[in-house]
Amino acid sequence: MPDLIDIRGVSHAYRTPAGPLPVLEDLNISVPEATFCAVVGPSGCGKSTLTRLVAGLMKPDRGEVWLHGERVTSPRRTVGMAFQNPVLLEWRTILENVILPLEIVAPRMPRKDRVERAMALLEMVGLRGFEAKRPSQLSGGMRQRASLCRAIVHRPDVLIMDEPFGALDNFTREDLWQTMRDLRAAEPFTCVLITHDLRESVFLGDQVIVLSGRPASTQFILNVGLPADRRIDVLYTPEATDMLHLLRDQIRIAQGREETVAGGAAPRDGQAAPARDRTSPALSPRDGGAR
Amino acid sequence: MDLLHRIGVPLAAILIFLALWEGIVWWNGWPNYKMASPSDLPPAYARYWQLFLTMGWQTLWRTVAGLGLAVVFGTLLGMVMGFSRTARDGLYPLLVGFNAIPKATLVPVLALIFIGQHDFNTVLMAFLISFFPIAVSVGIGLSTLEPEYRDILRSLGASKLTIFWKIALPKTLPEFFGALKVSVTLAFIGTNLVEIVSPHGRGLGALFKSGETNGDYPLMFAVLIALAFLGILLYYAVVALERIFAGWAERPQH
Repeated sequence: MPDLIDIRGVSHAYRTPAGPLPVLEDLNISVPEATFCAVVGPSGCGKSTLTRLVAGLMKPDRGEVWLHGERVTSPRRTVGMAFQNPVLLEWRTILENVILPLEIVAPRMPRKDRVERAMALLEMVGLRGFEAKRPSQLSGGMRQRASLCRAIVHRPDVLIMDEPFGALDNFTREDLWQTMRDLRAAEPFTCVLITHDLRESVFLGDQVIVLSGRPASTQFILNVGLPADRRIDVLYTPEATDMLHLLRDQIRIAQGREETVAGGAAPRDGQAAPARDRTSPALSPRDGGAR
Repeated sequence: MDLLHRIGVPLAAILIFLALWEGIVWWNGWPNYKMASPSDLPPAYARYWQLFLTMGWQTLWRTVAGLGLAVVFGTLLGMVMGFSRTARDGLYPLLVGFNAIPKATLVPVLALIFIGQHDFNTVLMAFLISFFPIAVSVGIGLSTLEPEYRDILRSLGASKLTIFWKIALPKTLPEFFGALKVSVTLAFIGTNLVEIVSPHGRGLGALFKSGETNGDYPLMFAVLIALAFLGILLYYAVVALERIFAGWAERPQH
């Protein structure tokens, strides 16, 4: 079976007054159906461009994006999006905010069914009783929960998230990771998550993709290999710690700070080095040429 | 308590203002051909109440008509400027320049082009003077819409019109009403400008002019107060509309 999301040799550059600014360079990513792909990389490496490409909001200069065996050239209704900013509409109640995508995707769906669907999701993320509130009356974490409900209310095949938990405090963030896990258990969808948080990527991801610095290409792919019903405790196992070490080293390489690690100039860097050399069956090397 | 506060405080402020006014006139011993006092106003209203009603109505409807035009045209212009960078770059200097022209200079121009059409001239001036804030605020409101707002609907394949209707328009409403409050008072200035300057005018401006010609100071001041009253009336009409359509933007006060 073909992968649900297939990004093949994608390159893209933005036109700026100072000349073209390449952000993606020969990027290759495959995400099998119903799996969770976390994408990490240095700041400003083009991760957000990636989300816009998968959503069909823009076209790459070169290369192809495929969803469900169809080439993406324009927005598709089978995609849901969530951002760091929950972008809830202040003039609508939480319930009406969650219903919004249904008004576009399923204009003929009866109102009763829409409300039923939205309420079921709100219940699942713990927002029951808040459906009549305005977004400004809710906390940041609750707003983000509502935003997640809106992103999946129309049962998209693909959920694209651009640092959705980035602006939240640590405890709220961990709560939302678990909410995310429970949502996926309840209704499977394929997920692409852009994040800066390595723990988040390991807790939620089936695979973690490390992008190189700008222009970004696939630098490293980590197959997490943990069961789907993870608990937060899993992050404190040696297995997860090893993966976090490895990802952290890869981020350093992506940031172009590899020399200090390899040179072993500082003793602290030397400590981290062995983790990078370790080979584990869970880890696969970069598959740059895979087509 | 709340109602008392909301009505009582502004009412007290008005009474204090009138008392101060009366006091200053009385203190200086000004006769009413130099400066009218509040106590001169009731006789003036009693004497001319029919004129006040017909003239006030003329001023009011022409102002509202001009304002209506300003809302339609200003919103359309704002939409064009909000959605097209080229239009924004091209139109801004023109608009600012036009807004800088003292509108009194346009009265003879309009009077010559549309000669004898007093109602039309007046409405046109009310419109010309008041569309600018609306166009600018709608334009800025639309052009500063965060891209994520657009993306949540665009990614579902929504049309530009749907995005405008469901997101851009409601999101711009608070700015729109802010501008409309400014435009209301501007439109009154436009209407009265034509009413005062053009000969054989109608409306409260013309009544003011006739008071001036006849040296009837109490009448002139009575007109000014009537104008202020109409201005307050329209302003609060806009506030009421704002409550209905953009009440969500009001933060609960703690």
